[in-house]
Amino acid sequence: MFRDAWLIAGKDLRIEMRSRVGLNQIVPFAVTVLVLFAFALDTDQEALRTYAPGLFWVTVLLASLLAIGRSFAVDLADGAADRLLLSGIDPISVFGGKAAAIAVQLVVLEVLLGAGVVLLFDVTVHRYGLLVCAGLAAAAGVATAGTLYGALVAGLGVRETLLPLLLLPVVAPVLIGATRAFQDAFGVAGAEGWAWLGLLAGFAAIYGVFGALSYGALLEEA
Amino acid sequence: MESAVRLRAAVTLLGRFPALAGVDLDISPGEIVLLKGPNGAGKTTLLRLCAGLCTLSTGQGWVLGHDLSSERRMVRRRVALLGHRTGLYDDLTVAENVGFWARAAGAGRQDVDEAMERLSLTGRLADTRVARLSAGQRRRASIASLVVRRPELWLLDEPHAGLDQQTRDTVDALVRGAAAAGATVVLATHELERIAVLEPRVVSVVGGVVRGDDPPDSQSPNSPSDAEDDRRVS
Repeated sequence: MFRDAWLIAGKDLRIEMRSRVGLNQIVPFAVTVLVLFAFALDTDQEALRTYAPGLFWVTVLLASLLAIGRSFAVDLADGAADRLLLSGIDPISVFGGKAAAIAVQLVVLEVLLGAGVVLLFDVTVHRYGLLVCAGLAAAAGVATAGTLYGALVAGLGVRETLLPLLLLPVVAPVLIGATRAFQDAFGVAGAEGWAWLGLLAGFAAIYGVFGALSYGALLEEA
Repeated sequence: MESAVRLRAAVTLLGRFPALAGVDLDISPGEIVLLKGPNGAGKTTLLRLCAGLCTLSTGQGWVLGHDLSSERRMVRRRVALLGHRTGLYDDLTVAENVGFWARAAGAGRQDVDEAMERLSLTGRLADTRVARLSAGQRRRASIASLVVRRPELWLLDEPHAGLDQQTRDTVDALVRGAAAAGATVVLATHELERIAVLEPRVVSVVGGVVRGDDPPDSQSPNSPSDAEDDRRVS
């Protein structure tokens, strides 16, 4: 199972590195959103610092929609999705592999955007451990939920517009939890960062288990 | 002997349209079967049903001894389907694509090398991204990625489309070799004269049903036309 998941993740990440869609399109999109936030609030540096965690995670979630959509688009482009079904790979492994590849891309995006937030919004990190753990847990949560909903809409002609509509409400707990944890890590609010991290980990675990169990049925319908 | 494919009153709906409208078909292991019929007759759907990619709406079906209603995952592991699309990733090289599908099927490096050699995908071509290949080269790479799986049932939809003469001969040799090794081959094509050299059993598919066996070289003047199936769709 892990061998197959590793195979799928490796394939997806190799495709992303080759195509450079993440580097040339998704990262610039995310940076642009972040800069627009900075332009909108730049007269009030204190407001920028206060709202930096929320703006950061809204940007990550918007960019994640592109990464998730792309992950399924490469399989649908020339019939590879059918081949995956015929390959005999366990759907749990396909789910795990695709979610892992998306999570890796999100972590890279978070690191780049984190640097952007520090530079543009003038924030200071007080708790690095909390920051890293919250970033990883949130990436896992978004990736697992995104992989599940990505498969759900993959076979539909309106998948590009339907995915945000379905996924964003579902990952609202990630936005809230990750924002609170980052507020604590940045020292901009007295939130209980580690408690919110628990929520993020719980969300990732629930969607990980739910996705693994239901992915086979979703692939059949896609 | 157990049939490689056994369908009884098989109906497959695509939406509300009966792409297969009650198919009865038996194919023995090791047979080469040509599905003949006009566009829209249901040949591709029949191949996809045998691959376990379409569902049986009503009727019964078994492929390689597995029930098409309850054991489709078992069927899929043992068949190879060459469809209209290649199933390849544009941003990976030919070798990476074939290697990926080989590892997914549990095949080894030697299987990959043999398949690439057989389809003339060696040298610089092996390290070329699929996006930069011609249609014929893509088709060859697609076939190589199926060869590594060593399937027991080959389902080939227009296998010669886009191939040059040399590669067409390679595909024919592949079909013969697969059948000689005991695998079953089901092809759908309009190139009846070309396929005749393989001496297949010819099965007519018209209007979503199998109309029975024809002589291999028959192109009957009464053959149903595309118009007949167009009327069915409308």
